[in-house]
This record gives sequence, C-alpha cells and structure tokens, in this order.
Amino acid sequence: MANTGIFNRSALVFLFALGLAAVAVPLLNLVVPSENVLHLPDYLVTLLGKYLCFALLALSVDLVWGFCGILSLGHGAFFALGGYAMGMYLMRQIGARGVYGNPNLPDFMVFLNWPSLPWYWQGFEFFPFAMVMVLLAPGLLALVFGWFAFRSRVTGVYLSIITQAMTYALLLAFFRNDMGFGGNNGLTDFKDILGFNIQAAGVRAVLFSLSALAVGLCFIAARGIVLSKLGLVIAGIRDAEPRVRFLGYRAEHYKLFVFVVSALMAGIAGALYVPQVGIINPSEFAPANSIEAVIWVAFGGRGTLWGAALGAIVINAAKSWFTGALPEAWLYVLGFLFIAVTLFMPKGLAGSFAGWSNLKKTSATPLPTPEMAE
Amino acid sequence: MIPPDVKQNGETLLYLEDVSVSFDGFKALNKLGLDVKRGEMRAIIGPNGAGKSTMMDVITGKTRPDEGRVLFGNVDLTQHDEAAIANLGIGRKFQKPTVFENHSVWENLELALRSNRSPLKALFWKASAKDNAKINDTLELTKLEDLRFSRAANLSHGQKQWLEIGMLLMQEPELLLVDEPVAGMTDSETEKTASLLKTIAGKKSVVVVEHDMDFIQALGVRVTVLHEGSVLAEGSLDAVQKNPRVIEVYLGR
Amino acid sequence: MLEAKSISLFYGASRALNDVTVSAEPGKITCVLGRNGTGKTSLIRAIAGLSPSRGGSIRFSGQNITKLGADARARAGIALVPQGREIFSSLTVEENLKTGFAALPRANRNIPDEIFELFPVLKSMLRRRGGDLSGGQQQQLAIGRALVLRPKLLLLDEPTEGIQPSIIKDIERVIGMLRDRGTVSIILVEQYFEFARRLADSFIILNRGRVVEQGGPEKLKDKNVKALLTV
Repeated sequence: MANTGIFNRSALVFLFALGLAAVAVPLLNLVVPSENVLHLPDYLVTLLGKYLCFALLALSVDLVWGFCGILSLGHGAFFALGGYAMGMYLMRQIGARGVYGNPNLPDFMVFLNWPSLPWYWQGFEFFPFAMVMVLLAPGLLALVFGWFAFRSRVTGVYLSIITQAMTYALLLAFFRNDMGFGGNNGLTDFKDILGFNIQAAGVRAVLFSLSALAVGLCFIAARGIVLSKLGLVIAGIRDAEPRVRFLGYRAEHYKLFVFVVSALMAGIAGALYVPQVGIINPSEFAPANSIEAVIWVAFGGRGTLWGAALGAIVINAAKSWFTGALPEAWLYVLGFLFIAVTLFMPKGLAGSFAGWSNLKKTSATPLPTPEMAE
Repeated sequence: MIPPDVKQNGETLLYLEDVSVSFDGFKALNKLGLDVKRGEMRAIIGPNGAGKSTMMDVITGKTRPDEGRVLFGNVDLTQHDEAAIANLGIGRKFQKPTVFENHSVWENLELALRSNRSPLKALFWKASAKDNAKINDTLELTKLEDLRFSRAANLSHGQKQWLEIGMLLMQEPELLLVDEPVAGMTDSETEKTASLLKTIAGKKSVVVVEHDMDFIQALGVRVTVLHEGSVLAEGSLDAVQKNPRVIEVYLGR
Repeated sequence: MLEAKSISLFYGASRALNDVTVSAEPGKITCVLGRNGTGKTSLIRAIAGLSPSRGGSIRFSGQNITKLGADARARAGIALVPQGREIFSSLTVEENLKTGFAALPRANRNIPDEIFELFPVLKSMLRRRGGDLSGGQQQQLAIGRALVLRPKLLLLDEPTEGIQPSIIKDIERVIGMLRDRGTVSIILVEQYFEFARRLADSFIILNRGRVVEQGGPEKLKDKNVKALLTV
C-alpha cells in the first residue's frame, strides 16, 4: 500500500509544532517575567489563539474541498453557529452582572423589553448542553443542507453559490433584533467561563492550549478519514464522480458524511474563538468570511491538511502585521499575495515544500512498450 | 444484490425487447431487441449515430427508455439507477479511460472491490488476505503487477484501459459492457486486449462496442449490427460482412 | 497548397493519428475516407490547429504552420466546416456569417454576394436564429460561414451527415463549383461513399490512425478498397 500511515513525517512535524506551541506560549506568557525579552505579551496569546481557531476552520474546509472537491463558500456559517452556541452559554454566565442587572435576561433582551427568556435559550446555562449545541447546530444545518444539495446532484459553481446563499441567509436572520441573538451587536461582555474569569491570564493561556489541542485532534481525525477507504472514495468523487457512482458507491452519502464532519470541526473552531476574542456577532456569517477561509486553504496548499492550517496562520499573521505596518496598503499587499501564489505556486505553500517524499514513492515512469520507444 | 435467476451458460442473461428512446424528437433507439446469453461475448458495431452508446446508457440506468423491456435475468433494469445496476452485477467500461488518476493502480482496484458500499463501513474497512489475493489476481490477469504502486496517471493509454477492465472485474460483474476499448491503442496493445477479453468471456458475459474490424476479427464472436436505433443484422463477422444491406449502410446514406 | 507530412496526434496517451501524410492542391478535392474512429476528424483538427499535432510538419502556401494556433491558421486562409455544423444557435444567420470577419483584415470584412448566389436560402433567412434552421439549412450556413473567410483551404468534415438528399445534391454542386474555380484546395472527409467518389480527385483511407490506402478516383471502384470502408 502506498499509504504511509496517519503519522507520517509531515504529520509528526505539524503535531510536534502544535504541541510545542501549546506548552511554550503559556510558559512564555505566564512564567517568563514581562521585563524579559522572551516574554509573550497578553494580546499575542489571544491573537495566536485566534489564529489556531482559523487554522481549524481551514482544516475543515480542506477536508471537504481538498479531499472531496466540494467548494463550500459557506463554512463561515458553521463556524459562526458554533460560536453563537458558546456565546449563548457565556451570556447566561453573566447573570446579574450585566448593565441592567437582570439575572435571567441578557442586557439586549432587557433593552428590547422582552418579558422572559425565549425557549431556544433554555438550557444554555449548562455547559454540557451548550457544548452539545456547539456540535448539533452546525451539524444539523450541514445535514439538512447537504442532504438536499447532494441528493439533487448539484455540483461545481452552483453548489458554491448555494453555500454562499446559506450563509448569507443566516447573516440576515441573525442581524435581526427580533431573532433574539443580540441583533447586529451580537453577544459580548462575557464575564466568566466555567466559573473562571474569562479575562484572566491563566484562562487565556488554557484557551490557547485547548485550541492547539483541538487543531491537533481534528487533524488526526481528518488524517484517519482521508487515509481510510472512505478517503479513497471521496478522493475518487473529487476526481471522477460518475466513475464512483458506476462503481456502486452512493456519492451523496459520502459527500454528506465529510460535509457534516467538516461542519462539526468548524463549529468547534467557532466555539473556541468566541471566548478568546470576547464577542460573537452576525458579521461572522458574512459571505466574505467563508471565501477568505477558502483562500487560506488555497494559499497554504489544498489537500494537505497541514498546509491549510499553515495557510490560515500565515495569512492572518500577515494581515495583523500589515494592518499595523501599512494601514493604507495592507489590502493591496494581501491581494498581491493571493495573485502571486495562484500564478507561481498553484499547489500553495505545502505543495512547494513537502509532499515530494510521497510523490517519489508512488509515481513511476510507465513501462515502455515497443511502439512507444521511437 | 439481487442475483439474476440465470445460472447456466446458454441461458439468456441480458434481454432487450422493443426498446425505444427519443431525444428531442430524434429517435435514438427504435424498437431495439437484443439477447445475450450467460458466458457469451457479443460484438456490437454500427455506423455513427446507430444508437450504440444510447443502448449502453439504457442498460446501465443512465437513460430511461420510453418503451420496451430491459431485463437482466429476471430483474427489470428500468426501475433502477446507475449505482443500483452496478451493484446488481453489470459493469460498464467507458471509451475514454476513467480511472482515478491520482490514485495508485492498487488503490484503484481496491476501490472497485466488491464490498459494502456504505460510508461508515468504508471508514473502518481493513483489507483482508482474501481481498489482497483478489487484487493480486486481477493485477496478474491485466499484466499490471509491476505497476501496482504507480499513480494511474503515469500509465500508458493501453495500461489505463486494462486497469479499468481490471476494476470492472473487481466488482465481480456477471455482465461487462465495454465501449470501444481499443480506440487509440497500439497494435500490440490491441492484440493483448483481445486476448484479455477472451479470457474473461466464458466466465462472464461481455458486450463489446467497437469500430476496429481487426479487433472484432480477433475476438471471433457473434456480431450485432445496429443502424438508426435498431438491429440491422446479426451473425458471424463473415456473414455480416457479406450482407448487402450492411454494406449499403456503411457506404451510403 | 497544403502538405501535412508524417503527423501524429494524441489525446492524452491515446494515439489518434499515426504518421499520416496528406496533401491538397488548389482546384482539387482530396477525400479522406475510413470507418468510424479511424482518425478522420482528428486529421481535420490537426490541420485546422484545434489539436496540436506531434512530429512531422504541416506546410501551407509555402509557410510552416505546424506551430501556429487555430486562429493564426484561419487568418492564413484555412476554413473549417466542422462535423455537426456547429452553428451558433442564438445568433442570426447574418451574425453567423459575420463571425468569419474575425480572421479577415478590416478592408475585407463583408459578406460576398456569391455566398447568397450559391445558397439563396440564406438570403431569405438572414434574420432567423441559427438554431431555428433545419439541418440542411444549417449545413449550408456552415459552408457559407467558411466561405466568408475567402479561404485558400476548405476543410469539410462529413457535410452530408443527417442531411436530406435534395440538399446533399446542392452541396455536391457547390463543392464541385468551388473546385472548378481553381483557387481553393479542398479536403473532404466523408462516410457517404458515392458522394465522395463523385467528387474526389484523390483520396486517402485511414484505419486506426494510419493511411492504409491512397490514390486517384478510379481506384475507388476497386472492391478491396471498398472493403476497407465497410464491415
């Protein structure tokens, strides 16, 4: 078999880097004194944590796009739904410490003169319930949406367009104040998580490490999926879907499977994102966000998993740096980066570095037949 | 899988009767009839537009006929779609090799193995010794043993065609539909393909659509000539070649 | 004057043409015959520049056009009447004819009247959508469209396919007239044997991408030659 196992060289390097970060970042922030040049400032811990959440989102997009050929331009919706589930839990934790001092109702509901907590907010005061919803909300959306989309055999650009429509519809819905999710202000002013002060340095560091852990675990799970026979089938669906059908596989079922798994990962990413940035609002549903996630994957290297994660981190790091260093020009620099990668590095960053060891093992020149030896 | 109720060589396995298909007023198939026995290899020939591809599409479930019966053993094929028909035991090989270019030869065959097709089963599937033996047998039959770990994209045209035939065999079909297998092949590849198909027939039924008369000669089987959607003549290649109606149709309009 | 020497064509790894040599002279019709799948259309595509040929060379009017793209070859005077006509169905007859202008220098961008003399039906249907024409009318439009180019080489791929007999007669007449003018070279791919035989000044027969027979029109009466075209 040409497979080199879930833990091949690039996987191990990636996981090692994650593990190192998960340990080093909290150390450099909490233990190393602030006068020391190696000290990692507080804001950087949050920033790096944010990058990791984006890396997980990129991973989820790579799973459906790089390995199954489903160009989802709406994965931001799954990210946002996971984020909202976490946000709703955090809102409930505020209790009476909000501006209006109402122990049961979040500030924005008091402001809207709502008499009581709507039914769909019930249960979010319990952490386990909220965590289930982090998975259930995006998962259910992916299941229903995917069921109709894949069954109707919509593919290619048409599928991408309706994923955009999906996230756009949610954007509009969540913007409305009467939906009860905070309207355009969203959910914010969180106080604590599981009893711990959400602003505390220690909590920040733990959230960072958890993000690294989530990326690592989902990476391993994704590797397991793509290296299994299921992975072979979805790669077949990406390369020659009719062939897969003629082999007797129900392509819709396979697509649905990876689409839902991917949505769950995106939901987890969103749920880890919200406590670190301290806010969730409907702009997370913006179609542009989903498109950006795809660009991270294309930049980093579609179909490699670790490449997608790397792409997300590099682009967002570049974004942060350029907005500070070149506030006028950063958009242009970013645009130039995208164009350059598309033109000169079509396989993204990952394609230019690694994968060569794998390629060497499997590609062989064809045996020459007499007629061809001319 | 519902096995067709046809056990013996010599019994009818594939039966088409009065099959008609129209596309936008154009009659692609016109009361077409066909009878292929178990273990038989049949060659289908005919000028352009005679309806050969449409006939294959009807049998494999890609196109539903407007009228007529399509029976595989005792199963009515018009009630099923491509995946179901593939699982019933009909394998189709397209003219253009459609192997999975980014997979290795081994992985291509693995995908085609007869196995439970559900996603969850596929997720946890591990190859058994029996599976590996089957793949090795197919590699031997198609003469691709040395290329088992090569990426399919790197195979020659002929090798890709044999790989695809191999994939077809992995599904353990009872009927193989092979569409212009030797188009674009070298002479030696064409010869090898003829002997490969002859080895396969007898255990399975094979229906071959081709234009290459040397290849059909090498196969040495019963020939059905299609013209304008129905059967014009049927018999040995020799008899069909002498048939004046056939000559007329090939030369004229 | 066209000379294609020892050209091959591959679609991916599949070999469609194998070392084919064919030529065409002004005032002569070269017929390309052969069963389905033998490479006739591939040969036309190679000459027109739609698919890149491998090996050998293609010379046209003294110029080596082997590396030229299809648009450059059209500008050089090679016009194609493809199999299946490929009329632009949402454009009108007039607009279809005008698409030929792309390959002409500004000064020549007009529809020569003689096209309407050859095919009067096109004149009466100038405003009709291409897709609304009958098969025979579309074929006439396709030939007319090619003639707008004032071609030096006319490539016709199975112009009688699916056409009613009366229009076939018209087309035969037109092709004959064009040949008799002496200024155009014509390569005609056909499966309609008698049609080809009546028009051919020379012919080649393809089998499996190779030239297996060639010669003058008298040879087409030979039974062995005919056998190459039937079952």
